[in-house]
Amino acid sequence: MKIVVLMKPVPDTYGERKLSLETGLADRDASETVLDEIGERALEAALRHAEAAGDAEVVVLSMSPEGSQAALRKALAMGAASAVHVADPRLAGADLVRTAEVLAAALRETGFDLVIAGDASTDGTGGVMAAMLAELLELPAITRLQTLEITADAVRGTRATDGGEMVAQAPLPAVVSVTESLPDPRFPALRGIMSAKKKPVEVRTLDDLGVELDDLGVELDETAAPRAIMTTVAERPPRAAGTIITDSGDAGEQIAAFLAERRLA
Amino acid sequence: MNPILVLLPAAPGGGLIAGAADVLGAAAQIGTPVALVTGPADALPELAGQAASLGATVVHTAVTDAAVLGVPAADAAQSAVAAVAPDAVLVPATVEGRELAGRLAIRLRAPLAADAVGVSRDDEGVLAQHSVYGGAYLVDAAATYGPLIVTVRLGAIDHRAEAATPDVRPLEVAASGRPAATVEGFEAAAQQSTRPDLRSAKRVVSGGRGLGSQERFALVEQLADALGAAVGASRAAVDAGYVPHDAQVGQTGTSVSPDLYVAVGISGAIQHRAGMQTAKTIVAIDKDASAPIMEIADLGVVGDLFTIVPQLIAALEARKQA
Ligand SMILES: Cc1cc2nc3c(=O)[nH]c(=O)nc-3n(C[C@H](O)[C@H](O)[C@H](O)COP(=O)(O)OP(=O)(O)OC[C@H]3O[C@@H](n4cnc5c(N)ncnc54)[C@H](O)[C@@H]3O)c2cc1C
Repeated sequence: MKIVVLMKPVPDTYGERKLSLETGLADRDASETVLDEIGERALEAALRHAEAAGDAEVVVLSMSPEGSQAALRKALAMGAASAVHVADPRLAGADLVRTAEVLAAALRETGFDLVIAGDASTDGTGGVMAAMLAELLELPAITRLQTLEITADAVRGTRATDGGEMVAQAPLPAVVSVTESLPDPRFPALRGIMSAKKKPVEVRTLDDLGVELDDLGVELDETAAPRAIMTTVAERPPRAAGTIITDSGDAGEQIAAFLAERRLA
Repeated sequence: MNPILVLLPAAPGGGLIAGAADVLGAAAQIGTPVALVTGPADALPELAGQAASLGATVVHTAVTDAAVLGVPAADAAQSAVAAVAPDAVLVPATVEGRELAGRLAIRLRAPLAADAVGVSRDDEGVLAQHSVYGGAYLVDAAATYGPLIVTVRLGAIDHRAEAATPDVRPLEVAASGRPAATVEGFEAAAQQSTRPDLRSAKRVVSGGRGLGSQERFALVEQLADALGAAVGASRAAVDAGYVPHDAQVGQTGTSVSPDLYVAVGISGAIQHRAGMQTAKTIVAIDKDASAPIMEIADLGVVGDLFTIVPQLIAALEARKQA
C-alpha cells in the first residue's frame, strides 16, 4: 500500500509571521519555515500504520517554494521513504483551487492508495484541501478524522462534525484529513536524520506535471489569469498596553468593578 | 437584484448548519440572500422556514441522502448556482460547510475565499475580508471571475438580515454519481448546559494549565456562568484533559472575537493569542507578571487565581443582587 501524506512548510508560529504589505504574500524571510504541525500528525498516523502493517510505503508530497526543502527533510528523518516536492516560481501566490489542481496532478503521477492531509494549515486556515482533491481525483473523502483505521481496502474513523461525532468509512483509494486529536508526532531520531540524507526528494515543475494537469483539464498558463486578487493588505495596529495590578487582597473586587464600569458585568 | 446564494446544509445532528444567521446576515449586506437548504425530506419544510425567518428571500430545497458524505450537497449546490447565477456563494465555515465550499469551488473552478470575517461590495463586485496570522493583518480579496465562494468564520458577522416571507422552491438536482464515503453512525454531542456557543459568544472565560486539574477547572465554569459567558481553554488545558478539545481557543482551535475575554491561568503563548487577541476587552489573571498575556490585557491582574476568581464570582453575584 502506498500512502501519500500532504505536508505544508509554513512560517513558524513561534516566530513573528509577516505579510508583505506590497504583494500580500507571505514574507518568507521574516520567520523560519517549518513543517505545519498538523501535517506532522498526519505523517505520524501514516508511519504508525506502516510500522504495524509492514507493507506500506509512506511518501510525503508538498507544493512549496524551492527554499523549503530543509523542512521536507524533517519528514524524511521522521520516517517517510521519499518526498515529492512541487516547486515552480509560477506557483507563487497560487490560490486554493490552483493548489489543489497541482497537488492532484502530482498525486496522479506518484500514485497512491490513500492520501492523508491535515485538517487546516496554521497559515491559511482554509480546511478545504482534502475535499477539493477528492473532487479533482473523483475519490471519496472523509474530512476531519480524529481516529484513523486503515485496512487493506478501506479507511474508516470518527470525525468531529457539526453537532456531534460521526463514524464514516470509504473504500480505497480515498482522501482523508485528520485533526489535532491524533497522537503527537515523533521527534526524528539521530538514525533517521542520518538516513534522511540518502532518501530521494523528487523535484517537480509545472512542466513535469503537464500531462497530468492536462488530464485534469487544467491549463498550464492559467497562472497568467488569477481567479482572485488581493485588493488591500493592512497591518492591524498592536493592542495598546492596559493596566496591570498586583493582588493585595481585593483583586477580585477590582475586576468586578472594572467590568461593571464597562457594562460587561 | 444581485442574488447572493447561501448554502445551508442540515447539520448531521439535525437543524440548520451553525452560522446560518451570520451567513444570511452577511449576504444581506452585499445583495439579496437566496438560500439552498439541503437535508432529509421530512426536515426540509421546517429548515426552509428557519432560513426564511433568518432572511432568505427565496429558499431552494433539495433532498440529500444523509448516509452519503459530501457529494449530494455539492450536487445540489452546483444545480443551485446554475439556477440562481449568484454574484457570490456564502457558506458557514463549519466542518460540513468547508467541505461543501471546497467541492463547489473545484466544480465551478471558481475562486474560494476561506475563513472570511466579513464581506463587502465595491464598484466591481464582492470582496471578502480575511483576518490573517491570528488577526495580525487584514486582507481584502476579490474574484477576477466569479462567483466568489466564501466560507464565513462563525461568530464573525454581527449583522442580521430581516426576516422574509417564506418562498420555498424545490430544486431540480442533477446527481453527479461521484464516489463518496459512507456514514456508519452518528452520535449527537451531549447537550451542553445553557452556556452560549464558544464560536459566537460575546463573552468568553478561558482557563489554562494554571487551573491544575479537571476538578479545579470548574472554577472557570463558575466564573463563566456568573458572566453568562462561554467556556474556552488553552491547548495545555485541553491536552491535560481538563476540558474537551472543542473548547480550545487559538490558532489551531477556535478563533473568538468576543466583547470580553477573560484568561485565567493562561500564559498567552503566541498560538493562544492568535485566537483571541481581537477581543474588544481582555482581562487576564495570572501569577506571573511577565506572562505574555499581560502585554495584551486591558486589565492584567497578577496574583493567585484560586483566591482571586472566587472573590470575583462573589463580587459579581453581590452586584447582581444589589
Ligand atoms: C502548532 C501549534 C499550535 C498551537 N495551537 C494552540 C492553540 O490553538 N491554542 C493554545 O492555547 N495553544 C496552542 N499551542 C500551544 C501553546 O504554544 C502553549 O503551549 C499553550 O497555549 C500554553 O497553555 P497555557 O497558557 O494554559 O499553559 P502555560 O503556558 O503553562 O501557562 C500557565 C499559566 O498559568 C499560570 N498559573 C499557574 N498557577 C497559577 C495560579 N495558581 N494562579 C494564577 N496563575 C497561575 C502560570 O503563571 C502560567 O502563566 C500551539 C502550539 C503549537 C506548536
